Amino acid sequence: MAPEMGKKLPESDVTGQNLTETELTLGLPGENRNPKSGDKRGFSEIVDKNFEDDKSDEAKSPTAKKAQVVGWPPVRSLRKNIILKKSCKYVKVAVDGAPYLRKVDLEMYNSYQQLLGALEDLFSCFTIRDYLERKLMDSVNGSEYVPTYEDKDGDWMLVGDVPWKMFVESCKRLRLMKSSEAHGLEPRTPSKCSSTS
Amino acid sequence: MSHFPEEILEQIFSYITHRRDRNALSLVSKTWYDLDRRTRHSVSIGNCYALSPARSIERFPNVRSLTLKGKPQLVDIVNWVPRNWGGSVDPWVVALARDCPDLRELRLKRMLVSEPSLLLISTSFPDLRSLGLIGCHGFSADGLSAITAKCRFLEHLDLQKSVVGNDSGQWLSSFPENFTSLVSLNFGSLKGAVNVDDLMSLVARCPNLKNLRLNKAVPLPTLPQILLRAPQLVELGIDPRAQHIDPESHNRLYEAIRKCKSIQSLSLSGVLPISLCCQVHLSAIFPKLISLDIISFIEVRILGFINLLKHCHKLQRLRIVDLIGDEGLLVVSSTCKDLRDLRIVPTYSNPPVNRYVTEEGIVAISKGCPLLESFQVFCHQITNAALITVSKNCPGITCFRLCLHQRQDPDHVTLQPLDEGFGAIVQSCEGLQRLSLSGLLTDQAFLYIGMYAENLETLSTTSAGDSDRAMLYVLNGCRNLRKLEIHSCCFGDNALLANLERYETLRFLWMQLCEVTLGGCKFLAKKMPLLNVEIIHGRDRDQGDYPDDTMKIRTLYVYRTLNGPRADAPNFVWTL
Repeated sequence: MAPEMGKKLPESDVTGQNLTETELTLGLPGENRNPKSGDKRGFSEIVDKNFEDDKSDEAKSPTAKKAQVVGWPPVRSLRKNIILKKSCKYVKVAVDGAPYLRKVDLEMYNSYQQLLGALEDLFSCFTIRDYLERKLMDSVNGSEYVPTYEDKDGDWMLVGDVPWKMFVESCKRLRLMKSSEAHGLEPRTPSKCSSTS
Repeated sequence: MSHFPEEILEQIFSYITHRRDRNALSLVSKTWYDLDRRTRHSVSIGNCYALSPARSIERFPNVRSLTLKGKPQLVDIVNWVPRNWGGSVDPWVVALARDCPDLRELRLKRMLVSEPSLLLISTSFPDLRSLGLIGCHGFSADGLSAITAKCRFLEHLDLQKSVVGNDSGQWLSSFPENFTSLVSLNFGSLKGAVNVDDLMSLVARCPNLKNLRLNKAVPLPTLPQILLRAPQLVELGIDPRAQHIDPESHNRLYEAIRKCKSIQSLSLSGVLPISLCCQVHLSAIFPKLISLDIISFIEVRILGFINLLKHCHKLQRLRIVDLIGDEGLLVVSSTCKDLRDLRIVPTYSNPPVNRYVTEEGIVAISKGCPLLESFQVFCHQITNAALITVSKNCPGITCFRLCLHQRQDPDHVTLQPLDEGFGAIVQSCEGLQRLSLSGLLTDQAFLYIGMYAENLETLSTTSAGDSDRAMLYVLNGCRNLRKLEIHSCCFGDNALLANLERYETLRFLWMQLCEVTLGGCKFLAKKMPLLNVEIIHGRDRDQGDYPDDTMKIRTLYVYRTLNGPRADAPNFVWTL
């Protein structure tokens, strides 16, 4: 499996909490953030999208509040947990072939659609070919990736089959697996790696 | 024939053991049906939901050996459902305990086995000789302890791929002191550490032990001592994967294996060091082997290992990683003339290594190993010409599974779809029973399959075909088809609903991420009451709001059953 290395993004706050995925823009907390360029969507935009799309009653103020406080000012984890009323569930996201992992908070999203949108933002070299199909295509080399996750039983499963809440509960980590591996000839077992000499 | 005394018929029937033949016998006349019923001892039920336990025991009251399968094993996918999907064996065990106390063999595959069930098994069948829990879960090591403690005549205990809760190895220590009947023991997938002394004592007192597969918790340095106590072993599987790599221990291990003069089958996971001493031992062991499984490498000096393969003259079954490349396959093809079963799996490594299998290696194998029956290969590139050559060289293939590195790759030379290649395979290999497709494929490939693959029983395909016709070619053409697995193809309701009666002759149809809609599935369920149409779509069925019949279903699992919808479906499974 790919070793986890911290990647230093210029604007991120590299801490053990790994808050690197939040897109920080210049501005005071509490302001509505507009994206500076067309490429990356601001974090609050994703959150706003949540409010639009979702009719569930989980779209309430703690979420919005989180969008404001996380990352800036750089609060320590203890204080952060006091401020945040909601639980959070951070899971690692690995992509086959990428040298570093990211983390997402599954509690931030309310559906698979939103999660995959966020993944698209995280790994901006991918484009989601079809939300319904839930496949991801690497626009650089054209290879297909299948979103999978490891559940609490240790099995690798395809993302999207079980109800969302059940998924959030049982997901331990995510992996965008090369489709050739998802459809390979051996069921995936952990510690398999080889080297030649 | 009507005057033929039953005793003689019974005698004749006793020679006919194969399930298919027995099924055919039972159709001849009522007398024969009845006689077959009473004398059938070995029963295999491919889908535990297809009929009720009561019904099957009523039909075969004298069953002594029962095989039951739960969750379907899909060829080309990660786990497609969580563990609580179903496949519970409980109703079966209750019925068997009541009505079949003479049961001698029970094999359960991919089933949910609860602790009470295991306890019931341990007390209900005094003559139990063989218990197989393959890919099962739901029980703990305490349940296993009951089995090992109470089944006095147990000969075969197979726990491969099963998951056991609370496993501290205590089940092995529960074999009584006077227990000596063990012939085969497979606990390779278990996580818990057994007591080594108890293991050694068990091995020492079972003179008939032929097959032993240990898990990775058995310490490497103790392996030689264990083997010393079982010089009669024929099949051995070890997994010193996570352990410290100590060259001296490895040397002693291979020396000990070498001392098992009857060893024919070896399954090694983990390090395969190629120090000189080890090479000497392995080159003495390998010529005796009929079966070799070295799929899980951690580190291998590949060229040295390929050299060792030159000793495997008798090999019939080989499981290996694609790390050996075409070079390794060339060695296999020139050495293993008796090869029947070859399986090449991908090397999962990051960063990816630069050695893999191409069509050259595959063609070499077909030239060197004409007796090949099962060919399952992961490769990086393939051509139609190569597939055609394989089909000509190895017409005896009954299981062909190809998996390309890039799922929809065409022939890498001509850039054409692989229709002609697979067409040649189905045409030439008349006994083909199992086929797994890969690569760029159009409807034409399916037309060939429908036309030629008369004996095909299992077909699995991913991202292939251009239109609904492809699925219809197969459904209409392959009259022996039993299992159809389709993933990410463009087949929709028209394909699904064109040949409804066909589904009653299949064990199951499985479609994921295709174009079938909720409305189509509902129609199928309505028209065919003898089918269970189960849908998994990322929602609880209680959630209710499936408003839209045009919604495309993620996963569809259709199977024939005499038992109606199953009562134990979890919330995320919706039976229409």
